[in-house]
Amino acid sequence: MKNKKKPLNMILSITSIILLILFSLWAQNHLDSYQIRLLNMWGIYIIMVVSFNLIFGFTGQFSLAHAGLAAIGAYTVALLTLSPEAKLISFFIEPPIWPISTVQWPFLPSLLLGGVITAFIGYLIGAPALRLHGDYLLIVTLGFSEVIRLVLVNLPMICNGAMGLKGIPDNTNLTVILIIVVITVFVVKRLVDSSYGRALKCIREDEIAAEAMGVNLFRHKMLAFVVSSFFVGIAGGLFSNILGTIDPTTFKPYLTYAVVTMAVLGGAESLTGGIIASGVYTIMSELLRAVEAPRVIFNIEIPGIPGLRMLAFSAMLLILILFARSGIMGSKEFSWDWIISRFTKNQKKSKKGDTVEPS
Amino acid sequence: MRTSLFLQFLINGIALGSLYALIAIGYTIIYGVVGLINMAHGEFFMAAAFLTMWGVMTYNLPWYVSFPIATIITVLLALLVDRVAYKPLRKMKTSSFIAAISVSFLLQNLFIVVFTPRSKPFPHPALFDEVILFGDIALPVVNIAIVIVSTILFLILSFIVTKTDIGRAMRAISKDLEASQLMGVNPNKVIAFAFILSTAFAAVGAFMYCSKFPYVDPFTGAIPGLKAFIGAVIGGIGSIPGAMVGGFLLGLGEIMLVAFFPTLTSYRDVFTYLILILFLLFRPGGIFNVKVREEKV
Repeated sequence: MKNKKKPLNMILSITSIILLILFSLWAQNHLDSYQIRLLNMWGIYIIMVVSFNLIFGFTGQFSLAHAGLAAIGAYTVALLTLSPEAKLISFFIEPPIWPISTVQWPFLPSLLLGGVITAFIGYLIGAPALRLHGDYLLIVTLGFSEVIRLVLVNLPMICNGAMGLKGIPDNTNLTVILIIVVITVFVVKRLVDSSYGRALKCIREDEIAAEAMGVNLFRHKMLAFVVSSFFVGIAGGLFSNILGTIDPTTFKPYLTYAVVTMAVLGGAESLTGGIIASGVYTIMSELLRAVEAPRVIFNIEIPGIPGLRMLAFSAMLLILILFARSGIMGSKEFSWDWIISRFTKNQKKSKKGDTVEPS
Repeated sequence: MRTSLFLQFLINGIALGSLYALIAIGYTIIYGVVGLINMAHGEFFMAAAFLTMWGVMTYNLPWYVSFPIATIITVLLALLVDRVAYKPLRKMKTSSFIAAISVSFLLQNLFIVVFTPRSKPFPHPALFDEVILFGDIALPVVNIAIVIVSTILFLILSFIVTKTDIGRAMRAISKDLEASQLMGVNPNKVIAFAFILSTAFAAVGAFMYCSKFPYVDPFTGAIPGLKAFIGAVIGGIGSIPGAMVGGFLLGLGEIMLVAFFPTLTSYRDVFTYLILILFLLFRPGGIFNVKVREEKV
């Protein structure tokens, strides 16, 4: 990372972030609501995939708890931002219990609290689960994810059970989500490039060697898992705002598998890959949704084909895992040096992507 | 609780437990031999039931013709899946698990696309609908059939595993892959046999399960598949008696929970998962304390 071009890179990064923010401000007013929704979903998927990359790609711990953790964040934010009156209307199985029945917070503090609570739950899950390896780890995390979802179904006095929550106020806009995405990517990138990150990669490559080198396995895994949980909680909170309606079925393990698909598509060790892949996934998902719905073209009714979307995604995941395990980007990252070396061709291709990780 | 009611619940629980055990054996055989959690096992279960139904509905075959054909097709499907999706990833645990998940979704959605997601009545033998009355105990014939069929299958399985060469080879591979190869065991043959055996068991389980709950749709396999998997883990994944005991106890426990604590019915799955988690955390080898074959990830 440390070379002479660093000030230039920083200027370029800051400029492009400012440009992106200006674009998001423009887009918020000029694009139609459908396009804005797609961009929002892309942003949320980026946060989910980047946080999954941290625990899966960089630390090598295959955790399937993403859906359950996102549910915690989503429900926390929804319950904190819904007005007491709205809650009384939608809770018709059982009235909400005390703190939930009266509380109403502004959006950003509740989003933050959503992240913190999710991180705490992540700590509670990780503390026992991360002592396990391989198959056992993924079964346990999947089990915890399902337990969270099933507990939500069975707590009508807190989260309205299987009915879910409706009419969650939409407090977000593109700019807010963009800023959160930038913060997430920045934090994860800095973490991965720090000495902690090197320890995490060391754990991924060989746990015994890492331990022999003095890396505290458990503490590092927990750090990655808790940070990842925090961002998943934030993503879940944004998700509930964008959707407006959440219920426990939103957070079935399928959501986790979608994140896994995106991570594999982009390359599990590449944040850039995750960003690209979540965009591809969002667009593909919408295109295939159109195929699934019945439609009329030239007075001929074409019946929709249900299940085609999932069929395409599962086939894609299978093909990726069989033939292109490194995904779009492998372990490469986007870097300004690479772009610059592309434009100034007279320079020798000496610095091709300074942030490429040794794999 | 009245004794007769309790006995009825008990028999129901034994029947469900035997079904879970039948399916759980499939997970445990594959895990023992290949070291893979075959997440698509529930989908093979569904495919067997669905194709049986389809043969009866579309070609008017009697069930006793349709079922064997469906079983053979499903076994071939499982062998194809193993060859195409699992074999190239044999040494890569994480990748092969992801492959198994995607095969599971692929099959489920393939059936949705081809046959629509609507649920259809399952054509079971008419005999299974009858109920025998012993005093005030009502015994559905299907439950008795389940218990008899699964007992016979367990006996056949234990014969295969303990008395035949291929069974010995299976056990040898699950103990130590390399040493058994040195002793002249062909792992490819044994793996193929393991897939045939586990899918055939799943097919019989599917037939009995769908006779008990007589509807079939592309999602039929998901819940029994998951429960049987949990049963296999509780018993000790990789061990055949473990899968039998684990699956059996899980099915029995589920029915008994509903029988004794009707208010907790909606928490049934929470308890199932909690038991799974507690076992994995404190006794990952399951009831039978299976030693996991150490492999490089």
